[in-house]
Amino acid sequence: MTVLAPAILPPGGGVLARLSDLFWRRPSVLLAVLLGPPVLWLGVIYLGSLLALLAQSFFSIDEFSGLIQYEWTLKTYGELLHPANLDIILRTVLMAATVTLAAAVIAFPIAYYAARYARGRWKALFYLGIMLPLWSSYLVKVYAWKLILAKEGILNWIFAKLHMTWLLDAVLGIPVIGGNSLSVSYIGTFLVFLYVWLPFMILPVQAALERVPVSLLEASADQGGGPRQTFRHVTFPLALPGVIAGSIFTFSLTLGDYIIPQIVGSSRLFIGQAVYAHQGTAGNIPLAAAFTVVPIVIMGFYLWGAKRMGAFDAL
Amino acid sequence: MPFDRQKRASLGLTIAAGCGLAFLHLPILLIFVYAFTTEEKSYRWPPPDLTVKWFSVTWNRPDVWEALGLSVQVAAISTAVAMILGTLCAAAVARTKFFGRETISLLVILPIALPGIITGIALRSAFNIADIPFSIWTIILGHATFCVVVVYNNAVARFRRTSGSLIEASMDLGANGFQTLRHVILPNIGTALLAGGMLAFALSFDEVIVTTFTAGQQATLPIWMLEELVRPRQRPVTNVVAMVVVLVTFLPILGAYYLTRDGDRVAGHGK
Repeated sequence: MTVLAPAILPPGGGVLARLSDLFWRRPSVLLAVLLGPPVLWLGVIYLGSLLALLAQSFFSIDEFSGLIQYEWTLKTYGELLHPANLDIILRTVLMAATVTLAAAVIAFPIAYYAARYARGRWKALFYLGIMLPLWSSYLVKVYAWKLILAKEGILNWIFAKLHMTWLLDAVLGIPVIGGNSLSVSYIGTFLVFLYVWLPFMILPVQAALERVPVSLLEASADQGGGPRQTFRHVTFPLALPGVIAGSIFTFSLTLGDYIIPQIVGSSRLFIGQAVYAHQGTAGNIPLAAAFTVVPIVIMGFYLWGAKRMGAFDAL
Repeated sequence: MPFDRQKRASLGLTIAAGCGLAFLHLPILLIFVYAFTTEEKSYRWPPPDLTVKWFSVTWNRPDVWEALGLSVQVAAISTAVAMILGTLCAAAVARTKFFGRETISLLVILPIALPGIITGIALRSAFNIADIPFSIWTIILGHATFCVVVVYNNAVARFRRTSGSLIEASMDLGANGFQTLRHVILPNIGTALLAGGMLAFALSFDEVIVTTFTAGQQATLPIWMLEELVRPRQRPVTNVVAMVVVLVTFLPILGAYYLTRDGDRVAGHGK
């Protein structure tokens, strides 16, 4: 260790030192080195395949031979407008919207409690209590619901023990959303979606609530705002970006899922299942590609709106 | 101070929060009970009797072990790739301002912001066009792509919290860029990277939607489970596997939590 170091250091020896000097003098070189690999990977592999897929949506399939015709056409998009396909799109969007709304309603009290009242050990417990379900296996969660909703399963058993089977039957008797049993009805599909995506809503809402300064709430109270008023005019508007951030996840994840409606639900298709069926057995890649454009466009608008509401800062 | 009086939550809020948490946890606990049931043919509740024999049956199943081995392999390699790409990207985005910075963040988030089925079918048709045969490497390619974002999120949050003056101080004291990286930057972001890596591992270990498109004949553990879900054949074995999967995924989550709990709660935050 030298005690008296010169004010300007001599250039260091070795390749590493010279490289380091180069990075310092030309930050753009460092930036290129840092960004090169990830941008190449994501840009070439991911965006490349995405664009290739989109390009295929402009091809069409020959109805007689079943072969793909490599000519630019909008015919495949026209097929999306068939009533059957429009039904699929509408059904999926409605389900995504319902799941998102329900998730927001259930998530808010949990997030609010965790952000405002949980302290110390409880705070950690709450945090893990949200993280563990979030990260536990998606399929295991779906499987758990298959067990719960089965005819011989626990939910029917509870209803029978409480002598409330009539209530369950009444709910299942509602046209459209009901069905023969919970596991083949939209209610079942909805419950599983809600369960699986709920933690994605809680976390951003909690993060947004934690950023609300207590002094603001005190100021509101000082000026005569009751708890209700404070909630409506201070807390909720400040938490809204968090809700929207969470809704991005719940909405997008529901739009693209094809496994949950396949395992729990009626046989009517969702967008994800339609994509899966068309690319698989049917071999109709153009129509499958056109179907994937639907969630991309919907999410594009959704993200654009969310950005304008400041939801990205709450992520 | 009006808010000192409100340190306790109202009863309604407590009940709502408690019910919400119960809703999140009871279904998973149910799996644990089913792993011990003697019932073979249906999902009957309550279980007629309890037994531990399915554990040894599962232990002796080569297909389960094969699927598990493949899943671990895929998750390990994808995590390694994601950690390198994610850290590089985070360093670039957090430390410098450049044209297109927002676009880069968007590019990283896109693979999980878009529904998994889109990523899956896009990769599959690209593999078909490029005539790449499906193998473990095509699975890894897909997994690494969406794991980058988890590492990136953790790293970028930590980079933002690491003050730039620390790096300048190190440079002022004569350290070159690599010495600063080794002695200042890495110790600062190390735990965040490890946490990001654990979450990436958990994400990959569990992934099924993209995997169904990028796998050929190979079955990862989730693919194995999916087949059992669609066409149940050995319900008791599936019950045991489900329980083990729950326990195994808890470990990295707890690990990631303990690594990042001091100060920042960003581990799996999507933050």
